[in-house]
Amino acid sequence: MAVIPLVRPTLTLLERTYLPQIASGLKTTLKHIFSPNVTLEYPEQRPAIPPGYRGVPTLVMDPNGREKCVSCQLCEFVCPPKAIRITPGEIPADAPTGHVEKAPQAFDIDMLRCIYCGLCQEVCPEEAIFLQNQYSMSGYTRAEMVNHKDRLYELGGTLPDSHHKWDKKLAAEKSGPAH
Amino acid sequence: MIAPLKPDLVTVNVDGQEIAVPKGTNVIEAARQLGVDIPHYCYHPKLTIVGNCRMCLIEMGLPAVYPATKTPILDPATGKQRINWMPRPQIGCATNASPGLHIRTNSPQVKDCREGVMEFLLLNHPLDCPICDQAGECKLQEQATGYGRGYSRFIEQKNVKPKRTLLGPRVMLDDERCILCSRCIRFSKEIAKDDVLGFIDRGSHSTLTCFPGKKLENNYSLNTVDICPVGALTSTDFRFKMRVWFLKQTNSLDTESSVGANTVVWSREGAIYRITPRRNDEVNDTWMADSGRELYKLVRADNRLTAIKVNGTDSGLDLAVYAAAQIFKASAGAIAVVGSGRSSVEEQFLTQKLAAVLSASVSLVSRVGAGDRILVSADRNPNIRGALVTGLIASLPAQKLTGLAAQIDAGQVKTVISIGEDLVAAGLTAAQLAKVTVVYLGTETNATSAAALVVLPTLTVFEKSGTFVNQQFRLQKFAKAVPAFAGATDDLVVLAKLAVAAGANVPAPDLASVWRTLAAEVAGLGPMAYANIPDTGLLLDATPWSALPFIEAEALHYQPTKPSAAVTA
Repeated sequence: MAVIPLVRPTLTLLERTYLPQIASGLKTTLKHIFSPNVTLEYPEQRPAIPPGYRGVPTLVMDPNGREKCVSCQLCEFVCPPKAIRITPGEIPADAPTGHVEKAPQAFDIDMLRCIYCGLCQEVCPEEAIFLQNQYSMSGYTRAEMVNHKDRLYELGGTLPDSHHKWDKKLAAEKSGPAH
Repeated sequence: MIAPLKPDLVTVNVDGQEIAVPKGTNVIEAARQLGVDIPHYCYHPKLTIVGNCRMCLIEMGLPAVYPATKTPILDPATGKQRINWMPRPQIGCATNASPGLHIRTNSPQVKDCREGVMEFLLLNHPLDCPICDQAGECKLQEQATGYGRGYSRFIEQKNVKPKRTLLGPRVMLDDERCILCSRCIRFSKEIAKDDVLGFIDRGSHSTLTCFPGKKLENNYSLNTVDICPVGALTSTDFRFKMRVWFLKQTNSLDTESSVGANTVVWSREGAIYRITPRRNDEVNDTWMADSGRELYKLVRADNRLTAIKVNGTDSGLDLAVYAAAQIFKASAGAIAVVGSGRSSVEEQFLTQKLAAVLSASVSLVSRVGAGDRILVSADRNPNIRGALVTGLIASLPAQKLTGLAAQIDAGQVKTVISIGEDLVAAGLTAAQLAKVTVVYLGTETNATSAAALVVLPTLTVFEKSGTFVNQQFRLQKFAKAVPAFAGATDDLVVLAKLAVAAGANVPAPDLASVWRTLAAEVAGLGPMAYANIPDTGLLLDATPWSALPFIEAEALHYQPTKPSAAVTA
């Protein structure tokens, strides 16, 4: 093995006292003591979430409180780590949302698998699944880390709807054939 | 139906490629042979042609001739016969191949036609794809991708029609999705011979409906769901259960009767969701009976046998086989085997080996029902002919097990090996059953499994691979669709272990090994192997059994009086 001989720098007397270095270090310390804080007292203080942030996937309701998911299972299909699992079901014809016909019986997202890629939100034809601002998930067991349907709606809440596709459908049904 | 194809061929030209097809072939089929897809909705190869969807429009031209002399008009530029192209498009489904016919499927006019037809079909079509069961196998979706404009110019309100009409116990109609192709109407009339469907009202109010007082409840109603090109007709059983793109398709057979309709089993993660017919022009065309589609429910039935039992207590396979061998030794010479017409050819072959080494008498259980002359025959065993071919039996099974009953009463039989058959249902009394020791191999609990000393749970047809011989003596294979039910063992493994324990020399219990022995020992199975059997089956030589009084009546693709032609490929 080749040996590379190192030549140690020769220090001046002032450098050998280390005093200038201590002084410059103290200067930095003093500067930060009096400058404004940049850290957060985390659990009590929360950072502002930038728009477009991809947090925990959630299910949302429309402004009328109707669950928007119709269990088309496209998110289940597109999900790269196979975190989503849906059991489709039928809405009874006499229910208030009977005209939607289909809704999930069960909707599970395994947050131990989820990679927060947002493909489920992108693929959803009903705008029912959104990655919102929630970023902190913790639990003591694996089962706790699976978000079931009720938890997903609790996390998701209600979002504004610009299409009202199913409301229009119901209105058309009530008014009868248009032509 | 399309008229039977005549052997004389005519040459047609599709997009510049020439192909010789039998006269009478329509343009869609001719183009399909060249790999050219002509989109269509109402055309179905097994139904009459109505030409009402207009999706298969093509440009068509014929070689020009002088009207008076009929001599060809030559194009001076090329020296070839000139083609007179028709100025307006024609429908491909109702245009039959004629000599020199030229068609174009990729011209701007054809593209315009398709886009126009698609736009009209989509005018009132609801945006139901997220909740529609047909999504993923919907022709309207496919053609909209290929020929749709991608956005709608329609600003008026879409038409409203009933969404959940039950046409019958198994078929649900969504009128908004219907594109009025009339395939279901033609199927009911022509194939099922149960003319219950029709259109009422006119224009955009046209609606599919049942005739007053009638229902779509014949045993072939679910075929209308299969042939519906959109999601208008859906199966009440499969409705909203699973999206089709998750389902794995496995080729299988309908086991409800000796017709052996070819099927596809659709499963996901070990659960079967539906069974649909698979096209086989020699057996079932593209149809199957509704009753055969429910058989998948047997896989997860409540009465599935899940534990090997010896004398009523849970046991292991080897222990149970040992116990059976002890029984065989104790009652040597007084053993009877009740084989099954529901077992595969391979299982029947091993059953025959087992019976031979035990010198046991063999009987089969006959199942007779009413045949419908379409795809359910009177013989409800799928594989009686397999038992004949493998030599398990030499004559057709008697209606009841009277012979076995008499032998038991006379004390000649002390042990009965039942291959999945309920002996009480097959004619033995409980007293007779109590007199014998029973070794039972089967999938479900019944009086026999309850009385059996040794119970060996085995597999349903969906959990194993094998072959059946249908009423035409056609050898057809089925494949394993889902993993074995917990606790059940492959029939071949159980039979081979029993035969080995009894002292027989049998092949290893896998299909390849069994087939090597089958091909060597069974006349007529020749140099075949399981892997080489075509998906459409292989016709065996039926002449050795042409004198037997088979009970099947004449039906679709089956002639009972005429013995099948001796063809073994």
